[in-house]
Amino acid sequence: MSILVKEDTRILVQGITGDFGARHARLSLDYGSQVVAGVTPGKGGQVFEHAGKKVPIFNTVAEAAKQTGATVSAIFVPPPFAADAILECFDADLDLAVAITEGIPVRDMVRAKRAMAGRRTRLIGPNCPGLVTPGRGDKSSGGCRIGIAPGYIHKRGNVGVVSRSGTLTYEAVWQLTCRGKGQSTCVGIGGDPVNGTSHLDVIKLFNDDPETEAIIMIGEIGGNAEVEAARWIKEHCKKPVAGFIAGATAPAGRRMGHAGAVIGGAEDTAAAKIKIFQECGISVAVTPSDMADALLRIWKG
Amino acid sequence: MNIHEYQAKELFAQFGVAVPKGVAVKSAAEFEGALAKIDTAGGIMVKSQIHAGGRGKGTFTDGFKGGVKFSPTKEKALENATAMLGNTLVTAQTGAEGRKVQTIYFTEAANLGKRPDGRDDEYYLAILLDRATSCPVIVASTEGGMEIEHVAHHTPEKIFKVHVDPAVGLQAFQARQIAFSLGFSGDLFKQCVTLVTKLYQFYWDKDCAMVEVNPLLVTKEGKLLALDAKVSFDDNALFRHPDVVALRDLNEEDAKEIEASKFGLSYIALDGNIACLVNGAGLAMSTMDIIQHFGGSPANFLDVGGGATKDQVTAAFKIILGDANVKGILVNIFGGIMDCNVIATGIIEAVKETGLKLPLVVRLEGNNVEAGKATLAASGLTIVSGDSMADAAQKIVKLVNNK
Repeated sequence: MSILVKEDTRILVQGITGDFGARHARLSLDYGSQVVAGVTPGKGGQVFEHAGKKVPIFNTVAEAAKQTGATVSAIFVPPPFAADAILECFDADLDLAVAITEGIPVRDMVRAKRAMAGRRTRLIGPNCPGLVTPGRGDKSSGGCRIGIAPGYIHKRGNVGVVSRSGTLTYEAVWQLTCRGKGQSTCVGIGGDPVNGTSHLDVIKLFNDDPETEAIIMIGEIGGNAEVEAARWIKEHCKKPVAGFIAGATAPAGRRMGHAGAVIGGAEDTAAAKIKIFQECGISVAVTPSDMADALLRIWKG
Repeated sequence: MNIHEYQAKELFAQFGVAVPKGVAVKSAAEFEGALAKIDTAGGIMVKSQIHAGGRGKGTFTDGFKGGVKFSPTKEKALENATAMLGNTLVTAQTGAEGRKVQTIYFTEAANLGKRPDGRDDEYYLAILLDRATSCPVIVASTEGGMEIEHVAHHTPEKIFKVHVDPAVGLQAFQARQIAFSLGFSGDLFKQCVTLVTKLYQFYWDKDCAMVEVNPLLVTKEGKLLALDAKVSFDDNALFRHPDVVALRDLNEEDAKEIEASKFGLSYIALDGNIACLVNGAGLAMSTMDIIQHFGGSPANFLDVGGGATKDQVTAAFKIILGDANVKGILVNIFGGIMDCNVIATGIIEAVKETGLKLPLVVRLEGNNVEAGKATLAASGLTIVSGDSMADAAQKIVKLVNNK
């Protein structure tokens, strides 16, 4: 097992005809993921071709899902139209909408998140690298890659990784892979202040997943999502958890690249979050180079 | 994006939020004309316009005290304005270098001060995003004129919050809840309900990140006014508000950060001496952290983004080298999709183009990394290679500290 997506998960790509969407649709196909449909309004009927594979393009998400059995969408739509693309996934009752787009207005996300309540679709992101359930082939090929993460750094195994940041996730994954430890699923939840799925949501899924034996949780300054997850872990999590918080040197009041990475109050700082991680029994990585080792100190695999 | 108080109040007025009448000017020649446009009989507030807070308690670099001054007469207002304009104001939020005052805002000051019944007449009102609920929250307090963090810490019972359901927007009963929580009745109650309603409309319609009124004040005549106004906007939504973009004051922003944004780079200056150039915000933050962990001091945050080009890398080097404090550079790239060899080539060209003399440590990881490392090694330049983030950070700290 894995969480959220499996090797055979059928994926549609919103924005497959744009440069960004097309590039990553090709990389997902190369990885062996089941990209079965594209959606670009007005380009329905066209075909996206790559390496001998033909991916039909539809005008709407509902039509793409109906015709191809796609249950998950990767959203590469530009920021002004991205919330609309997310809402279209809710309307089509997909299992999962993964919004890669960076720069969506907060107001749009506030409304989209409200519209998600009571729907069956889960949103991951926005402003996220997406998620990967590694495959069992060479360099983890044959897995499910949704988004922009490099597939080859993964290895199928038993560590769940959840993070707000893309490159920091890759860093953790690569450290694990280099130490021979594979991953069940790696989830980038995104760096925006309003996102569809929180650290805690993913931790709960990992906790219930029989394949996941241990967890790495990567957070950063701003908000209290990591703290919420840490407190839940202390009370309920059956599995060893290692953690890292980025931004110990970030000045207060400045947004550090990610829209959500800003220290507003004393609780938002890296020091405050690290202290709570420690109190909750999470093995804290002292540097970003120490993420895999922090886990291996409490879990032998 | 932040704007000045006078700009915020002009927007408030457009939305029907009551503010004291005022005029903003950018040159001394306009002072008299500005004062002629407002009622000066009850005194004038002379307010330095900079984006940082703490202006009233600030001191100018020439020793003149107070960036916001009550002036009982026109003559005194002219004197204060003359002392402030073009002067550099240092406040708790500006850092030691301060900010040059380039705009003066004159506002009517009649009827300010305590009400006849002696009741405390300053309140606090703010609207912002509550991240925990992903909803806008209106924060109100009877403790106006103070730092709200201080109030929240010492007397949390004096802070009242209303969460707005984005599906239906602010409801009338919620505006009433706020007015009741502040203890208003009669005409002031009605004024408060109106003000909160209009302020929320402004916050929502203009994609504000935060609106803060501190203090919200009751005049001796019983008028409820936004005496101060602090507004910031969601950068992601500026594309749909050209009127807001027009209010941007580049004088208030760091020149290097503006230059960086032109190349799609996210740069924030810090006060250390080891510059870093990284792809990805999370990795960039943790690169700063690891420099400090090994005894160094980061000079900046710099995220070149997921698909860095040669031009971006060159621009990034130029921006980094524009900081005279920088004594060494750490490049940390996890090229998951990007070809490390392309990045290595970009680094070499940037080093040559900028004539870099400072120690440079490069840590490359990811796609085609061996070719990238070979390219760096064959360049003939003194580029130190780091095997991991920890190794690279230790190397640059050692090189800089041993100089």
